[in-house]
Formats: sequence, structure tokens, C-alpha cells
Amino acid sequence: MISIIDYKAGNLTSVKRALNHLGIPCIITDKPSEILSSERVIFPGVGAAGAAMEMIQSLNLDGIIRQVIDQGKPFLGICLGAQIILDSSEENESVCLGVISGIAKRFTGTGLKIPHMGWNHISIVCQHPVLKNIDPRAQFYFVHSYYPGPERKENIVATTNYGIDFPSVIGKGNVVATQFHPEKSGPHGLQILKNFIDWDGRIY
Amino acid sequence: MLSKRIIICLDVREGKTTKGIKFQGNIDIGDPVAMAREYYEQGVDELVFYDITASSDKRGILIDVVTEVAKNIFIPFSVGGGIRTLDDMHNVLDAGAEKISVNSAAVMNPDIINQGAKIFGSQCIVLGMDAKRVQKNKSIASGYEVWINGGRTPMGIDALEWAQRAQNLGAGEICLNSIDADGTSDGYELTLTSLISGAVSIPVIASGGAGKPEHLKDVFVKSNADAALIASMVHYQLYTVSEIKSYLAGEGVPVRDFI
Repeated sequence: MISIIDYKAGNLTSVKRALNHLGIPCIITDKPSEILSSERVIFPGVGAAGAAMEMIQSLNLDGIIRQVIDQGKPFLGICLGAQIILDSSEENESVCLGVISGIAKRFTGTGLKIPHMGWNHISIVCQHPVLKNIDPRAQFYFVHSYYPGPERKENIVATTNYGIDFPSVIGKGNVVATQFHPEKSGPHGLQILKNFIDWDGRIY
Repeated sequence: MLSKRIIICLDVREGKTTKGIKFQGNIDIGDPVAMAREYYEQGVDELVFYDITASSDKRGILIDVVTEVAKNIFIPFSVGGGIRTLDDMHNVLDAGAEKISVNSAAVMNPDIINQGAKIFGSQCIVLGMDAKRVQKNKSIASGYEVWINGGRTPMGIDALEWAQRAQNLGAGEICLNSIDADGTSDGYELTLTSLISGAVSIPVIASGGAGKPEHLKDVFVKSNADAALIASMVHYQLYTVSEIKSYLAGEGVPVRDFI
């Protein structure tokens, strides 16, 4: 079973629908026992980092998230989920989960519209099982004003250009996170979800 | 590089699209779910369902359509038409839509933008705006006035000011429809689109007037629109999504390849 962590942050049902379409059973849950006993975990989310962190703490999910990651289970962050696994976010100066060292940064000085909204490419920096069989011409659906800025280069899996090259897929061990929405990115997005389901959480 | 988005608009009345087309195979003409699927497979970037159901007691039908669409297509889609309350927004998002478009209700009660953005996030809230060219005057300095109720009622509000105000209230995107260009198939209103797109920092979707692929190129290149809404040019099978995208790619406009 796959747990989609429910911390009341936006549209979690779209991830569930995409998994159901792929024939993969999953539950949306905030119950520690269910999250800890599941085979793998998806951590989606939209909205503001500060509000999301407050909700995670009020549900006592911060410890559970760290625990499930320590267990070595495959863990996929999506959108806001790719930002709040860092140490902090520039969005309202919020302290985050600290799973990967770094800061979520705001797009500044590009002269481009914010949010970065729409379809864009990814350039793979370092091959990852979750990006297996992804056509280099594939594009993915983004909508965000902040982007993940991991401290260490080795945590950058892929980048995307929007005025600057920013990390759009990051990872560390059994944790991988996409700034874009695979569940809204057509067949290539579904392929990424499928790859995640097939992943054992190890990097070869 | 970020692609320019092509968005198809489906007008839905009591659960049926009003510009139904004959697809190959056994698809009901005017079935919005089948049409959404067909366009998804053609590689459209986004869809909009606009509820034009006249009686409010039949509006619930659209929720069933949204629920079905969300099971089958995995690109963003928005729903507009008759959304007045936070409950309306919640119902549509819960059924699987990515965004909600508010138009007349936001003009009558701008706070709905603010409240919606706070609860669901700015990325969910699209301001739909119908604008019409008028003589420039003191209260309408830009020369474009906001109309509501499907373009039937002038509001004496400047379109440029309203766009900026909606952005400040938390709208994440603006779908800008030109009443003058709508239905003409003569091309988008480039002056209006440039004006609004240059005055806000959020993405602007140009709407009204698309008749051929050249029109999309013009609105992307000359007016810096982030996305373009099309309807009859695909519903009447004059063009497919891939024909439009091939043309745009050949003209140097960044579009999403469907591969």
C-alpha cells in the first residue's frame, strides 16, 4: 500500500486519481500507523510553506515523516513537498523538515512572470531510477513561485530553465522530489509515478 | 524554456457541450468527457469547462462531468461559469479540477478572490474578465471596460485597473476575453492583450477571436500572452491541436511537443 500524506494542503485527490488510473492501490492518510506501515510514501502539496509546516506540526507528522524516511522507504515529494523537505523556505522565513540540506528560494530578478506556470523541460543532471525511460523532449506541468535550492550539488537530479537553471528534481538516498506535478503532466508524468512505484529506494 | 500554452474551451450546458463535434468511433456528439479525452490525446496543454447552464438547479450536473474528466485526463483543467461562493469552489476542486475561474461574481464581490486564494492557493484562482473597447474617459482611462453576465452588462470599471486589483487580491492568472473579438475568428485583440499582460506579473490567457494558427502566433509574439484559448477552430475540426502546434513550432514559438 502507498500512503499519500494528508496534511490538508490542497489537491491530494489528483495524485490518488493518477495512481488509481495506473491500477495502484493507495490511501490518503494522516494516521502515523498507516504511514509507517505502508510500503512507500508520497508527500504532495500546494500552498504556502509556513502554513503547511504549521499543519504538519499540529498533526505531529514531522517526526513521522523523518521516521518513514529513516526506514529507507521510497519517498516522493511533489511541488511544495519538494520544498518543505529542505531546511527552510524564504516564503515567510519558514523552518522546514531538514531532510535535505538547503533552502527553498523565490524567483527574483528574472523579469519573468511569477508564478512559473505551465509546461517546461527538465535536463537530467544525474540519472535516477524515477526518471527512467523519460524522453528528453518530455515536458512537465509546473506552478510555483519558489524552487528548491539544495546546498549540495549531489542532491540535484534535474534542472529546468526559467530565467535561471533551477533544480526541478532533487534527491537523497530513498527520497526524491519533483517541483513539477507528475499527476498533471500527461503520459510522461504518469511514467514518473510508475517508475516511483517500481523503485526500491536505492541508488545504483 | 517555458512553453506557450494552448487551452481548449468547452462550453457545457446541462452536461453537454454546445459545440459538439463528430469524432471517429462511437463517441457521443457533445459528450464533454469524450471530447476532453480526445483533446488530451491530441496533446492539448490545458482545458477549460465553462458551465452555461441557465437554471441553477441543474448546475450540479457539471460536477459529474468534472469527476469523470478527472478520472481520465492528467493535465490541468479549470471550471468556470456560475461560481459564486467558496462552497462552489470547493465542490469543483474536490471533483478534480485544478483551477476555478471567477468572473461576474468577483466583480460583484472582489473579496471572493482573496478568500479563495487564502483557502485554496492563488494557483487555483483564475480571474475571468470580459472587456470591451470604449472611448477613453476619466473613469475608463485604458479604453477598455469590464462587462459582466456573459458580456451583457457594462460595469463602468476600467479593465486594466481591475486586472491589477485582482492580482493584488490573490488571483493567480487572468483569462482575458475580448468581447469585440469573440466569435469573429479574425484574431485576438492584440492591443488589449498587450496592455493587460504588460501591466500584471501573473500569467495572462488571451481569449476571443482565434480562427487560425497565425492568430495564436500573433498573440504570443506581439502581445506576450502566456496562453491562448481556442474553441471553434478545433471543435469544427478546422485544425487539430498538433497542426496548430507544428505551425507555432515552425514559427519559433515554444510549444510542448506531444511525444
